[in-house]
Amino acid sequence: MTSQKQRPRLAVFKLASCDGCQLSILSLEEDLLLLDQAVDIAYFPEASSRMEDGPYDITLVEGSISAPEHIEQIKNIRAQSGLLVTIGACATAGGIQALRNGADVADYVATVYAHPEYIQTLKDSTPISEHVKVDFELWGCPIDKEQVRHFLSDLLAGVEPRFPEHSLCMECKRQEHLCVLVAKGEPCLGPVTRTGCGAICPAMGRACYGCFGPAEVSFPAGREHANADALASRFSEALHLSNDEVLRRFKGINSHASAFKETAGKWQKMEENKHE
Amino acid sequence: MNTFADFHAARIMGKREETPDVWTFRLRFEAQNIADRFAFKGGQFNMVYLFGVGEVPISIMSDPDDKEGLDHTIRIVGRVTRGIEKLNVGETLGIRGPFGKGWPLEEAKGKDIVVITGGLGCAPVVGAIEYIFRRREDYGQIKILHGVKTPRDMLYKARFETWARYPDTQVLLASDQPAKAWHYHVGVVTELFDMVDITPEKTIVMMCGPEIMMQAGAKHLAARGVPPQQMYLSMERNMQCGIGLCGHCQVGPYFACKDGPVMTYDQVAPYLGI
Amino acid sequence: MSDSVDSWILKKVSFDIFFSALKSEDYKVLSPQVEDGAVTWFEASEADDLKQGFSDQQNIGSYRLNQTESDVWFSIVHGAQSLKSLTFKPRQATVKIIKTEAGISFQAEQPKAEKIAVIGARACDVAALQIQDRVFLGGAYQDEYFKANRESLLIIAVNCTHAHETCFCASMNTGPKVKAGFDIALTELKDAFIVEAGSMAGKRIVEALNLTVAPKDMSKQADRLIEHCAVSQKKRMPQQNLPQALYEKQHSEHWDDVATRCLSCANCTMVCPTCFCHAIEETPDMARQTSERVRVWDSCFNPEHGYIHGKNMRPTTADRYRMWMTHKLGSWIDQFDSSGCTGCGRCTTWCPAGIDLVEEAIAVLGEDAMEKKA
Repeated sequence: MTSQKQRPRLAVFKLASCDGCQLSILSLEEDLLLLDQAVDIAYFPEASSRMEDGPYDITLVEGSISAPEHIEQIKNIRAQSGLLVTIGACATAGGIQALRNGADVADYVATVYAHPEYIQTLKDSTPISEHVKVDFELWGCPIDKEQVRHFLSDLLAGVEPRFPEHSLCMECKRQEHLCVLVAKGEPCLGPVTRTGCGAICPAMGRACYGCFGPAEVSFPAGREHANADALASRFSEALHLSNDEVLRRFKGINSHASAFKETAGKWQKMEENKHE
Repeated sequence: MNTFADFHAARIMGKREETPDVWTFRLRFEAQNIADRFAFKGGQFNMVYLFGVGEVPISIMSDPDDKEGLDHTIRIVGRVTRGIEKLNVGETLGIRGPFGKGWPLEEAKGKDIVVITGGLGCAPVVGAIEYIFRRREDYGQIKILHGVKTPRDMLYKARFETWARYPDTQVLLASDQPAKAWHYHVGVVTELFDMVDITPEKTIVMMCGPEIMMQAGAKHLAARGVPPQQMYLSMERNMQCGIGLCGHCQVGPYFACKDGPVMTYDQVAPYLGI
Repeated sequence: MSDSVDSWILKKVSFDIFFSALKSEDYKVLSPQVEDGAVTWFEASEADDLKQGFSDQQNIGSYRLNQTESDVWFSIVHGAQSLKSLTFKPRQATVKIIKTEAGISFQAEQPKAEKIAVIGARACDVAALQIQDRVFLGGAYQDEYFKANRESLLIIAVNCTHAHETCFCASMNTGPKVKAGFDIALTELKDAFIVEAGSMAGKRIVEALNLTVAPKDMSKQADRLIEHCAVSQKKRMPQQNLPQALYEKQHSEHWDDVATRCLSCANCTMVCPTCFCHAIEETPDMARQTSERVRVWDSCFNPEHGYIHGKNMRPTTADRYRMWMTHKLGSWIDQFDSSGCTGCGRCTTWCPAGIDLVEEAIAVLGEDAMEKKA
């Protein structure tokens, strides 16, 4: 690979997140050694106590923008980075903590913390791309280690990384798993969820909960929202889920991703109207 | 033969910049027996493979009689071609092919030829034009109509100017937008149609470019009496296997990779734009 | 071949002689069995392994398995898997590329297959395999992987005596009685199977069993059960003036209507026994010294299916649904001289959105396309 001198400098930063995506990188095992040869790991506190200043050629960011200081932090990170890559649902779509978006955050803080006055938090948890330019996004909660491996391998070889953006169902059926939605009436989000996880939930007979986000196509002239609305109607009409149960399916890991957010919003409204 | 896996390594012998994002690569098969056996017809394509990335269909630009190597003109537009652009002379690519039906160079012998090209899509037809000029006496009058959005998009300008100097040859260029150094027509390529005289029954038309342009061209010429089966269109579709099995490149009942990519207006008229 | 066949009787109690015959020819026997709640091709080694103990209940967008005490062995019509996954595998390695001093070298994955006998293939799926034969073996280029799997497959079909809400093989003229392309066909009666041979290989195996010729009344009883299955099918696919009728509907407003319900999830194409689209997954190792190319099932519902640099031929779900139906029921006829649909109904049963192909075809083509059918 590249000689010692020219090795690109890699940084891994963390904002509001659980570290799970960083652990996925560490779980690359022997490939991690190859990665260490190929890049200069300049900043990765989860892995090494050596923490060097920027600029960095490739920066991976885990976590969402959730606290006031994150806004300055991500701007600094962007300024020091060649390529900025979000890793995981938090950085890419706001994460599970975006469930508070639209609710009374002060009320939440007061419920959880003994001394809410010490807590500084933003009203909404938002993805990195709402604050600075992002070059690549890796979805998932956590990210898939094979996808990371392929991504870094392509990037380091100077090849534009690209991942399939179609539904999870294709991968599920290639592995010949039973469709839990059709055969068990489980409210599986697979049909509108982006592939990439390897269909691990349906493989265990469980419904997909959409941790890779909506299956949306990002290439030019092809942008089309995942049809989450139609799936939600199906959950209601054929699977007999209550309005509340339907909206909770879409209010999960990626509740702030627009296709899921809009669908959940519609069902929320329906639920509210019912009570009026 | 296992065509899915029938790759052959080919070495880059030369690399020539046509425009900042169009390169012509000269390739030679590593194995002499493959080089000896490889035969193609003008307008056929190869699947060109870049290690670790994937394949792209690229038409063969060089003359079928040129046994020294193969020329591929590659427009840098996607992840495979961007990777190929970075390769240097001496490095290797993979080749599967040749595939597809090319230009009607045999059928066109003794006939007049009208070439209509548009935008950046003219690369596949340049090889055919060169083929014809190398056998000039076999063909009748040649008229080449080419349209671009802006003069900056004008590929192979020198070649067009050279062709214009050949006998019995008319070259008409059009640009949608004017520019200082543009001495040709300003407007869309379809406006050039009225500037050429044709003998419909002895004319073969070759078109390459945006489908909407080819459709306009075909309609115009059909109205002037050119039979649809004498008009050939180069169809651009997602060709992945090259052998009509992967399903991506369908044009109505046809597979562009196997039944085309060059097909007659007669065949494809109902399916354009779909 | 099939019109001159004789039929014999194989008693359920003596079924193991059939297994012995298959084993003596080195076949691995697969039959549809329930495992972890799903119907899969399960390795069977004796007659008892064939008894399914479950029956399936198929509806639009719904599939359920219920345990049954019935003494019917083949009580399940079919699961999500057809014969497709045995012959056109969901993943097939094709070539390994190795970086060398001189450049790159290619190691082709050689086609290889084991001898497999399937017991319990349904008529729709046998018809589908014949359609895939035309796709993969009928043209100038052949798929060597499919060919190897295909040639080592012995098909023991079981005629259907029961149809589901989503079945319409009778209207596609592919079933419920297996018509061609089988080696041996069975029709299940209470205590015995009526056995027919459909190929030389099948005939050789059946003759070796020394079975008694089926009495006329038993054959007639079998025919009545199959006929009853045919007439019980409520769905009929319109087939008037295809493919032209569908080409003319390219601009139908109905494509937008179905797109409001369709998820573009591709399940219909994955479970379809004839869908053949495939793509290549290229996976280099981290050090980029080797790379592997694996052929995987693709689908016209994959938004990337019609993609060419910077342009998508079928950017919307409406475009993709039109492609699927126009191809399956229409242009397939121009390409391969038969419909791409066998009436197995899987696309409808396994659609998570509950979209019914027959209903959509009628909606696109108009009611009259239905009525005019001879």
